[in-house]
Amino acid sequence: MFFWSIVLILIGIYSSYIFGKSRIKKLVYSTNLKPKSQYNYHAQYVLSWCLLPALIVYFSWAIFEEQIIQNLILDSFEYVEGAAYDDGLLLAEIRNVANNIDFSDGKSQEIINAAAQYKSLKLTSQISFYISIIIIMVLGSLYAVRKINIQFNAQDTIEKYIKYLLIFCSSIAVLTTIGIIFSLIFESFRFFSQVSLFEFLFSTEWYPFIPIREGQAAAEGSFGAVPIFAGTFLVMIVAMCVAAPIGLLTAIYLSEYASQKVRKTVKPLLEILAGIPTIVYGFFAFVTVAPFVKSFGQSIGIDASPTSALAAGLVMGVMIIPFISSLSDDVINSVPQSLREGSLGIGANKAETIKKVILPAALPGIVGAFLLAISRAIGETMIVVVAAGTAANLTANPFENVTTVTVQIVVALIGDQEFDNPRTLSAFALGLVLFVITLSLNVLALRIVKKYRERYE
Amino acid sequence: MNSIVAQERIIALRKKRSAQDLRFKYYGFIAMCLALAVLVFLLYSIFSRGFSAFQKTTILLEINYDQEILKLTPDSTDQEIEKGKFFKVKKNALNNVFENLSKSDAKLIKKLFSTNIDKEIKNYYIDNPSVLNTTQKLWVTAHSNVDQMLKGNSRRDVPEDRRKLNDIQLSFIDQLVEEDRIQKEFNNFFFTRADSRHPEIAGIAGSFMGSLLTLFVVFILSFPIAIGASVYLEEFAPKNKLTELIEVNISNLAAVPSIVFGLLGLGVLLNVFGFPRSTPLVGGTVLALMTLPTIIIACRASLKAVPPSIKEGALAIGATKSQAVFHHVVPLALPGTLTGTIIGLAQALGETAPLIMIGMVAFIPNIPTGITEPSASLPVQIFLWVESAERGFQEKSAAAIMIILLFLFMMNALAVYLRNRFEKKW
Repeated sequence: MFFWSIVLILIGIYSSYIFGKSRIKKLVYSTNLKPKSQYNYHAQYVLSWCLLPALIVYFSWAIFEEQIIQNLILDSFEYVEGAAYDDGLLLAEIRNVANNIDFSDGKSQEIINAAAQYKSLKLTSQISFYISIIIIMVLGSLYAVRKINIQFNAQDTIEKYIKYLLIFCSSIAVLTTIGIIFSLIFESFRFFSQVSLFEFLFSTEWYPFIPIREGQAAAEGSFGAVPIFAGTFLVMIVAMCVAAPIGLLTAIYLSEYASQKVRKTVKPLLEILAGIPTIVYGFFAFVTVAPFVKSFGQSIGIDASPTSALAAGLVMGVMIIPFISSLSDDVINSVPQSLREGSLGIGANKAETIKKVILPAALPGIVGAFLLAISRAIGETMIVVVAAGTAANLTANPFENVTTVTVQIVVALIGDQEFDNPRTLSAFALGLVLFVITLSLNVLALRIVKKYRERYE
Repeated sequence: MNSIVAQERIIALRKKRSAQDLRFKYYGFIAMCLALAVLVFLLYSIFSRGFSAFQKTTILLEINYDQEILKLTPDSTDQEIEKGKFFKVKKNALNNVFENLSKSDAKLIKKLFSTNIDKEIKNYYIDNPSVLNTTQKLWVTAHSNVDQMLKGNSRRDVPEDRRKLNDIQLSFIDQLVEEDRIQKEFNNFFFTRADSRHPEIAGIAGSFMGSLLTLFVVFILSFPIAIGASVYLEEFAPKNKLTELIEVNISNLAAVPSIVFGLLGLGVLLNVFGFPRSTPLVGGTVLALMTLPTIIIACRASLKAVPPSIKEGALAIGATKSQAVFHHVVPLALPGTLTGTIIGLAQALGETAPLIMIGMVAFIPNIPTGITEPSASLPVQIFLWVESAERGFQEKSAAAIMIILLFLFMMNALAVYLRNRFEKKW
């Protein structure tokens, strides 16, 4: 359906363009007047009246077709008394039978009937889709063609349409944010209708079990997120312990000491570090760093688990080095030269100038850079999914297994998803926490950096 | 007397201070070297693990394509060949790897071979139907355990009960090596096959195709939308609260963790709009929304770089505003926007977490052909292989990482090339 509807729409817009152009040409020849806009604009006007309704039809079909067919199938399904049904599985089975994917014999008659019905509904829907898209394109073009005349300012209208299109494009970003907030809050609301907010924020027990059958022991699970927050914090601290000194010192060396040549080679190399996908860091953490941390722990007499906060944190630290170094580099470079010269002029050497003058002057910017790096570390997923643990563990020992917010989101959604189960919904509550924390860190950091910039401008 | 003491003190102090200065400089230098050393170590640890995955181990097998056993005739149809008793031929061949094998030894021998060799034997027959009733020597794929042992990835000096291969099997392998009946060859499976439960026949073709399709969707969606949005914000937008809101929104959206976009995809695209699960369509849409801010920021920078005199010149000779923008400013900014888009696509190529959320982690053993078919993607494939307990998958994931790094490198090189080649300095 996808391919043929694209072809159909392309044919439609081509013929409507030709249609509009010939129409205005004919008008010009018959009246011998100069039109208000060029031919092309009239043609584009007809084209847009053909394309837009077609797109609306196409997308409404794409979104609602399957939904409506499913509802019709389920409504008319001949349920057999006493058998247990799951709507999702049932539909999947019907679809497989209808598409001839499932060859296994012994399908019950009601499924075969439903599959036949599914097939016929699908066919009806496709035929009506093609008919309605053709009708709507013809109607749209006819309407537009009727409006064309010598006096009609097609160019103005087209430019107005283009402007609307551009506004729509820029509102996508806003719609995305609204979508994020809407989905997080909506699903979190459902989560908190089953689990109390107080338990989520203050309890230290996190056992998100799925109740397999009713009345099972520990069926509800418990959703105290404190160990998760603590684990996230621990990993973040380890990461910052690595990244903050290395990143900051690198930035100082590059901007104050290094020659132009060194800077030109080292900066792109550090950018490579920033461009490596996080799953690659995860692999590195899991295969190289974690065994090393384990054997190191054993050699100093600490029993380290194979996946530990330390391994994940170290590698995450490496990942955020380039963030800190490039942001701090910018900040240090924007400290006015006069401050440096003043300090050097009264006899301070370079290290003293940096430590006593430049760093204090650049401090707000550096704090901003650190905050951005922290927000990055908290939101990082793949390293911790692979190299930290999945079981909640309230500890301050970096050699132990901990889990983080992002890991729990992945764990909750990677298997079966049931949107009436608090286990699945907990992902959205944790996502909301993550979103709020990273967003506020980000806003705060940007504000600090902006204030700092203004001071020296 | 006093002045000499003071002078000495000053000299001592100066020495101390310049030592401090030097030390501070070295701290910076060491920090920089440390960062670079980690980069080198990371690449080394991946490359040294991954290279062996480009080779596979094969074992020479004597196969008797006997008409009677296969239940085939020279003029059998394709369907009959499909149902030919190739497993019986395989069984006979395995029993004759060494002379006078006992039953238990034959069982052990069988475990040295991939489960896929039935198909290899059959495919060889389909390609060469003339081999019927002859005995052929065929190199067939060895089991991953043998492969890993011969590559030195698993060790043979650990106790027998912690090894995948027992002592008898090891002695068989040694004998095969001695007789030159085992060899390493280029691993074509790695590039032509999709994921599999068996490491020796698993490949990246499926996930690679999935990644390409996903990137296609990302490009189709994000490139026009980003250009539209940045043209509006740079050229048309009135300076008001709404515009400011959009701008703040875009810069903040760039810092939202990628996993949150995955939740958006799950909560809105899958659950509300009913997009098909695990497909490049929904994955690409999520990644497009995620990379949109990056691309918009790059596009705006390149639009800003076009000098206003060009637009003003067009306006002065009577062009309308949109003619000036679309006929003059946008074409000049196009190389810059393309560079930004490629960098955004590179970011999307490496992204894993949002794809896990929308179900692209399912085990998919075939190569996808369309954007509405379930598929994996390269980084998710790496994730699945890293998580897998099977040892043979580790070198596969390292090799897949090498492929993905190669592509990222090429994309970035292309971006740099475009920038240098087409971007004008005004």
